Amino acid sequence: MLHFELVTPERLVRSEDVYMVVVPGTEGDFGVLENHAPLMSTIRDGELAIYRTQGSTPETIRIEGGFAEVNGVGLVVLAEAVTG
Amino acid sequence: MASLKALKLRIGSVKSTQKITKAMKMVAAAKLRRAQEAAEAGRPYAQTLERVVASLAGKVQIGEGSSPLLAGTGKQDVHLFVVATSDRGLAGAFNTNIARLARRRADELIAQGKTVKFYTIGRKGRAALARIYRDRMAHGIEPGDLGKLTFADARGYADDLIRRYLNGEFDVAHLFFSTFKSVLAQEPTEQQIIPVQVKVSATPSADSGMAAVEYEPDEESILAELLPRNIAIQLFRAMRENAASEQGSKMTAMDNATRNAGDLINRLTIEYNRTRQAAITTELVEIISGAEAL
Repeated sequence: MLHFELVTPERLVRSEDVYMVVVPGTEGDFGVLENHAPLMSTIRDGELAIYRTQGSTPETIRIEGGFAEVNGVGLVVLAEAVTG
Repeated sequence: MASLKALKLRIGSVKSTQKITKAMKMVAAAKLRRAQEAAEAGRPYAQTLERVVASLAGKVQIGEGSSPLLAGTGKQDVHLFVVATSDRGLAGAFNTNIARLARRRADELIAQGKTVKFYTIGRKGRAALARIYRDRMAHGIEPGDLGKLTFADARGYADDLIRRYLNGEFDVAHLFFSTFKSVLAQEPTEQQIIPVQVKVSATPSADSGMAAVEYEPDEESILAELLPRNIAIQLFRAMRENAASEQGSKMTAMDNATRNAGDLINRLTIEYNRTRQAAITTELVEIISGAEAL
């Protein structure tokens, strides 16, 4: 499973293990699975799609002013604002 | 000696003061808990951002094209002191301590021949500093209730600072606020926010294992986007720390005030009883001596 964290300056919104997250990167959407190569990317305002298990319906969270980091631990998404 | 009536009135007034300070202490305690939770909730973001910025800044070469937020203006002449206090008093030495630290640092820099300007966030700090540095006040913001500040507010202050920086209004910005250590201890703190100070660790720790990090778009552009955000988050963190410190300081101050009022009431009550007894004794003596005379 992929460890996924979504944080805003005000609080830690999510910290959970999921199957895949699709991130709206500035240079195009990208999906992050377990053991993804280390990556840092800016994010355009848009929707994160979180897949809890393989093939499940994604849950979407709208984020603004974001930044994503994939490291050895998992995926961390920093967002200035989160809605929904 | 004061009359019985005057003493009674005095006791009554001290009692109602005590009720007020007690209530304020309770309110501060409740607000403190919330402010503390808020300060803790913001930590993961600040820590992650700080780590990312540090690792990026270590990789990027500082040169002609780099962001002035990282490289500086090449001068150290004009210092801007961003002094964050609160709009309200009655919080012990909270505002005074921050202003005092800013004043001490300002005098040091002025003695070195630097120019110092003040950018105050909070009415109390402005009042304390404007008395001494009347012609050095650059700008003042009154944020209202510190506990209600959002990240968007901090972002607004940061954008204003960055705009002034890019206009060449100052070379270095220092942020003054009060770090919340515990309910009893709040420490006035100074931090340089512009240009960004990068803590480059001697041994790259967590990142060293992952040699090839991919960057989208590239290090420079990511850094250019993150640096202003980093300043906003530093400001936001300072506000949160201030909010907790203010309530902690207020709670302690009001606790002391309540206790002092209690002591005062005890003293006044003793005095009241003594005066009352003295009056009774005098009256008795008068009656007895009157009866003996018959």
